[in-house]
Amino acid sequence: MGIESTTQAAPVRWAFEGSDAVTSDAALRQVLHGLPGVDTVGAAERAAGLASRSIKKGAKLQALDMAIAMVDLTTLEGADTPGKVRAMCAKARQPDPGDLSVPPVAAVCVYPDLVEVARHAVAGSAVAVASVATAFPSGRASLAVKLADVADAVAAGADEVDMVIDRGAFLAGRYGQVYDEVRAVRDACGPAHLKVILETGELATLDNVARASWLAMMAGADFIKTSTGKVTPASTPPVALVMLAAVRDFEQMSGRRVGVKVAGGIRTAKDAIRYLVLVNEVAGSAWLTPGLFRIGASTLLNDLLMQRSKQLTGQYAGPDYFTVD
Amino acid sequence: MSSSEKGRVAASPGAAPAASGREPATETGQAPWRYAPAPESRDVVSIASEYGLFVAGDFRPAADGAAFATINPATEEQLARVAAAGADDVDAAVVAARTAYEQVWGPMPGSERAKYLFRIARQLQERAREFAVLESLDNGKPIRETRDVDIPLAAAHFFYYAGWADKLEHAGFGPDPRPLGVAGQVIPWNFPLLMAAWKLAPALAAGNTCVLKPAETTPLTALLLAEVCQEAGLPPGVVNVLTGAGDTGAALVSHPGVDKVAFTGSTEVGKQIARGVAGTRKKLTLELGGKAANIVFDDAPIEQAVEGIVNGIFFNQGHVCCAGSRLLVQESVAESVVERLQRRLATLRLGDPLDKNTDIGAINSRQQLDRIEELTRAGEAEGAQRWSPACPLPEKGYWFPPTVFTGVSQSHRIAREEIFGPVLSVLTFRTPDEAVVKANNTPYGLSAGIWTEKGSRILWLAQKLRAGVIWANTYNRFDPASPFGGYQESGYGREGGRHGLAAYLNA
Amino acid sequence: MPDAAAGTRLNVRKTYKLFIGGAFPRSESGRSYPVRGKGGALLAYAAQASRKDARDAVVAARKAFAGWSGATAYNRGQVLYRVAEMLEGRSDQFAAEVAAAEGSRRADARAAVAAAIDRWVWYAGWSDKVAQVAGAANPVAGPYFNFSVPEPTGVVAVVAPAESSLLALISVVAPVIVTGNTAVVIASESRPLPAISLAEVLATADLPGGVVNVLTGRTAELAPVLAGHMDVNAIDLSGAEAGAHTELEQLAASNVKRVLHADEDWAAQPGTRRLTAFLEIKTVWHPAGT
Repeated sequence: MGIESTTQAAPVRWAFEGSDAVTSDAALRQVLHGLPGVDTVGAAERAAGLASRSIKKGAKLQALDMAIAMVDLTTLEGADTPGKVRAMCAKARQPDPGDLSVPPVAAVCVYPDLVEVARHAVAGSAVAVASVATAFPSGRASLAVKLADVADAVAAGADEVDMVIDRGAFLAGRYGQVYDEVRAVRDACGPAHLKVILETGELATLDNVARASWLAMMAGADFIKTSTGKVTPASTPPVALVMLAAVRDFEQMSGRRVGVKVAGGIRTAKDAIRYLVLVNEVAGSAWLTPGLFRIGASTLLNDLLMQRSKQLTGQYAGPDYFTVD
Repeated sequence: MSSSEKGRVAASPGAAPAASGREPATETGQAPWRYAPAPESRDVVSIASEYGLFVAGDFRPAADGAAFATINPATEEQLARVAAAGADDVDAAVVAARTAYEQVWGPMPGSERAKYLFRIARQLQERAREFAVLESLDNGKPIRETRDVDIPLAAAHFFYYAGWADKLEHAGFGPDPRPLGVAGQVIPWNFPLLMAAWKLAPALAAGNTCVLKPAETTPLTALLLAEVCQEAGLPPGVVNVLTGAGDTGAALVSHPGVDKVAFTGSTEVGKQIARGVAGTRKKLTLELGGKAANIVFDDAPIEQAVEGIVNGIFFNQGHVCCAGSRLLVQESVAESVVERLQRRLATLRLGDPLDKNTDIGAINSRQQLDRIEELTRAGEAEGAQRWSPACPLPEKGYWFPPTVFTGVSQSHRIAREEIFGPVLSVLTFRTPDEAVVKANNTPYGLSAGIWTEKGSRILWLAQKLRAGVIWANTYNRFDPASPFGGYQESGYGREGGRHGLAAYLNA
Repeated sequence: MPDAAAGTRLNVRKTYKLFIGGAFPRSESGRSYPVRGKGGALLAYAAQASRKDARDAVVAARKAFAGWSGATAYNRGQVLYRVAEMLEGRSDQFAAEVAAAEGSRRADARAAVAAAIDRWVWYAGWSDKVAQVAGAANPVAGPYFNFSVPEPTGVVAVVAPAESSLLALISVVAPVIVTGNTAVVIASESRPLPAISLAEVLATADLPGGVVNVLTGRTAELAPVLAGHMDVNAIDLSGAEAGAHTELEQLAASNVKRVLHADEDWAAQPGTRRLTAFLEIKTVWHPAGT
């Protein structure tokens, strides 16, 4: 379900060759500020237009199954315990004990110190283990600390690493620092795939979302991700639209396909399906696979299951028919 | 277990992204995701088999019994038969309007007129779904457009002008502006209900009475609107609806009992009408054709600019007078813009207008389809390169795929003449001055689009472009508060806003 | 002007020519026609403009349009005020010409000239105000800034009223040009001389050449040429004969000209109708977002 990083994604060679000067703030600013602007009103209108797509019957069932298979089932609380994580992993493998045809989710997502617990809990299944890292969620620590965080996660067996960019550095224009950090984390990930969390709510403007997306991709991200889920606003359709356009255009320029993960605030199946429509019509149907699109969520899964059950049986289900974990 | 042993599949980086769910299975082997049909139900509206003319508050057949069929252009099925108004019917309607004007509507205080208009506006909202379905059936445009654009805007126009009815002395036309009397109004088939609203609302608010002639191919929503007027208790004769063809319209505009003529339609017919009212002292406003330039600069917000191009020419199947039918793209980015445009067009869905996921509906009539086909053949003959996305067309009905011509110059027919269909002509320019010259180089002057991130350039271009409506970093936006109308051969007079009252007052 | 009384100095007779592009050419047809005052007395000969002169006038008006409409409103107002200053300075001359042309008493002519100058001043003050009265910021239902601005329509043909030689002339010309339009004026056929004197004032008052062009001659010959001209944007038929309206409006339809036909009491205070009749309303939309 995850993407195998067969090679360490190289920094984008089509723009730069080698020299340190080219990853300087000034050089990166030229590139990033030279990207086409994003008209916020227009982006919101396109997202709203796509949200009015009517997905029914077989198309809806297919969408629900796709969405389930794209969920990164997540727990990132201070109060997380091994017990909590084990329970969540069991659900990740078998979301609905009452219907074994429901596919497992793509991955579970936990803090680095619970990766080992998670790994044992999903062993033998196709569910991957993703770990946040780099002083999640704030990203406010030295590079050495952040890389040690990554090393712990990788050593504990994480298949995927979700890092956060330094938003302070980004907003202060220190693009070179952001680039270098992503590169360093990418190197430290080894065979694990890297998702780069932009924390779009803190970036505030869609222009910044576009720029941060390109910066992360140029530095080797396998996935770009909207949010930590700890800040509002988290993922929104216009933000996702901008990121999906970015990965589409990045592939045109570089030949490399980067995935998108939306996280934070996606609670209903209706929301999830709207994101799938965005993926389908903005990036293209090639991105409609867990290898290239993920939804970070916790309560979403049960709503997906409820809607799925309604599609199959024709009756509305109630929450008691689905497990809390 | 290592990552590779988990049996995950690496996505191949080199494959190009595919267009929306019409291609074979993705690399992961799953079935492509196709949207299921999502038809809006027709049951919400009941369509009679026959309709009469609406004169003096009631429906009646044509004096000579003449009638004609109106069909669904998506399926060619007959929807109903409607009466064809002849000269006697026109006369009766004008007399009814005159009587109502002199005895009821003219003397009525504006605050009372306002309340009738509010009732009509409210009813349009209450019965919105009915109107939307009926409009899609009769016109061929997608339900998403009728539901989200046509019907809400029509209601909004009635609301907006209702509020002016009792404030005319503050509208900037003097302390006591008076209505003109009886208005004869002829509207086109591209936005049938909306055009009816654009005509009736300001005329009634200003105190005139109306005789409305809807287009031959799209009479049904006007007739349903007449029903709404009846239910709102509108005094008989204040609004009259005469269905019919071109001769009905001609009889109406030339009737001596009409004080004011308002026409929306082709420039050719507009000129005929202007010649017809010459010397009669009838007031006239015209809203005619266009060949708008949609200008995209190298620094445009490109993703939204492509949406704007698509919206500009493919919204309503391009049956829009203000359509952005000429894409003027800066030469340095022309190739990239056209490439993005083509990829975007591949995601457009053409089909059943009642399907909620349809983006492009049917062409309104056989005649219009013929005209579009003739002009696109001309475009090919002139040497432009024609492209359409792969687009299966339904067997019955009138359809035309979204089409783009590149390599077009000013001297091509497809850059000069209004095609009124989903056909875009792409021309290039080098500098802002050149963009202005090319954009203005037309006898039309209805609308224009500007796409650039640079504020000073937007304002400079907005000053220079000879067009009545200029959309900067957006396109095809309408609002009852926003005046709409053209320069030069795109007509004169404005509809919408405070300015829209001028056509219906002796100002 | 009547000849000097016997024993006094012989006056130098004035030649009344056309006013096109800021210059005073004769008609290219070489024709002129007698202008008579009350009782049939010969006042002078005026040039009899031909269709080619009309065509040249339209060319001059079109050429002047970009500069005149592109000037700031303040600038146009300043120019019109200067015209008023010069009219005032020449008011005696105008009073005499009006009296001779219309056969009115000197006092009435003086009053008419005074009214004409005051009206010109009134219109001069409108140049930088029309936009505020006719423009608008429209409250549309969405995240857009939407504004409407009035713009001059272009070249306006004006058939000046036949009877009133100065007051009505000014009443039809000033509102056309103050907003930035340029004009081709067909002066009153029987009372053209004050129009040419007005042209002399315009020529010497910083009004750019071509902004106002004055054709004297046969209205019936000239009006149809302008009414049918495809590069004229609008036509004011105030001075056209009632019977000619139909033909002229039909000709005007050939390029969808804006047509004004208004009967007016020239003595009464005008409203804004003549200002707005030759303005196009342009509405601009822009999204408001981050």
